Amino acid sequence: MSGRLKPRPVPGSEARVLSLGAYRPGRVVANAEVLERIDSSDEWIRSRSGIETRRFAGPEETVSLMAAEAAAQAVARAELTPADIDVIVVATATHLLQTPSAAAEVAQRIGAPSAAAFDIGAACAGFCHGLALAADMIRVGTARHVVVVGSEKLSDFLNRDDRATAFIFGDGAGAAVVGPSDHPGIGPVVWGSDTTGIELIRQDHAWDAAFAMPGGPRWPFLEMDGNPVFRWAAFAMAKAAAQAVDAAGVRVEDLDAFVPHQANMRITDAMARALKLPDTVAVARDIAQQGNTSAASVPLALDRLLCDNEVASGGLALLIGFGAGLVYAAQVVEIP
Amino acid sequence: MASTEEIRSGLAEIVNEIAGIPVEDIQLEKSFTDDLDVDSLSMVEVVVAAEERFGVQIPDDDVKGLKTVGDAVAYIERSVA
Repeated sequence: MSGRLKPRPVPGSEARVLSLGAYRPGRVVANAEVLERIDSSDEWIRSRSGIETRRFAGPEETVSLMAAEAAAQAVARAELTPADIDVIVVATATHLLQTPSAAAEVAQRIGAPSAAAFDIGAACAGFCHGLALAADMIRVGTARHVVVVGSEKLSDFLNRDDRATAFIFGDGAGAAVVGPSDHPGIGPVVWGSDTTGIELIRQDHAWDAAFAMPGGPRWPFLEMDGNPVFRWAAFAMAKAAAQAVDAAGVRVEDLDAFVPHQANMRITDAMARALKLPDTVAVARDIAQQGNTSAASVPLALDRLLCDNEVASGGLALLIGFGAGLVYAAQVVEIP
Repeated sequence: MASTEEIRSGLAEIVNEIAGIPVEDIQLEKSFTDDLDVDSLSMVEVVVAAEERFGVQIPDDDVKGLKTVGDAVAYIERSVA
């Protein structure tokens, strides 16, 4: 005889972001340092990307250390303890251990005794994917408090001699605690993929090929076809962001902040124009100081808006992550 | 069907809106990069706006060949024909 699984006894609740945490590595790298290796100019970099500085992590600032620092800050700001955390999800593409996961290291570092811990890979859209998972876990009742972290050390994969990408990427980590709420605080996710662009953003060599390189092993690099990525991000992604606003049952006029993945200031500007955002919406421009930090950029940028008092707690922020795959995820959230 | 002049003036409105260049400067012989200072990312925006306005498809590989305003107008004329 086969048994029957018992029905779920515990209904979940609505979910919201309770708090954010940020880790910005200590070393600030100006365009001048990047320009030592590429034929370009400060003016060109600023006009094409909006980037003035980025931060590079030092040897001890690993993906898991940065993730743990951001997570611990978010847990403290939520007035919780690590023991209250049921699940830790780390979105990253740059954790250098195949196993154990960065999330397991975060659980160990912050002292969460028994939290479920796992990583997800959705490139620059990873944090927004994680947020969607966390919200659903809380709605269904499989977790009460979930830490979602985006953490990246892109400087490890940077081709410092490539004038198309050397200035773009930076390092850092951003985290959110997602928990129960008496009202909806995280709107429905609009997500998907367009694999016709699977080659547009890529690691140039898989690890086995990188080890077997003629002339000896070398680190793999991130590569990107700028103009097609720009077209997809600026226009197709503006449509996905608009769908997330519709799905949440609000209008762009109701938004207080627009926090797109900080890929390039020109993409942010084009998306904001396509969305017809009114002037009352604060647009995240953390990329100017932070560079493109992939999965970390959305929580870092929202944290910056809050710390700079450009947005207030309780307002609505439209988030969208988009990146290699091509994959994307967008949702409207209540600002913690 | 739109005339060459109608396409040129429609394109000029788009370039003006995206890159802030005076409409009267946007003439057929002008180079997007050398004369009008439209960089590659703005060019992508111009192309997408032109696709919507004129109901044509301009793949990325073809964008590289559009050096002058006249090249773009001729491309759009051929596509809508």
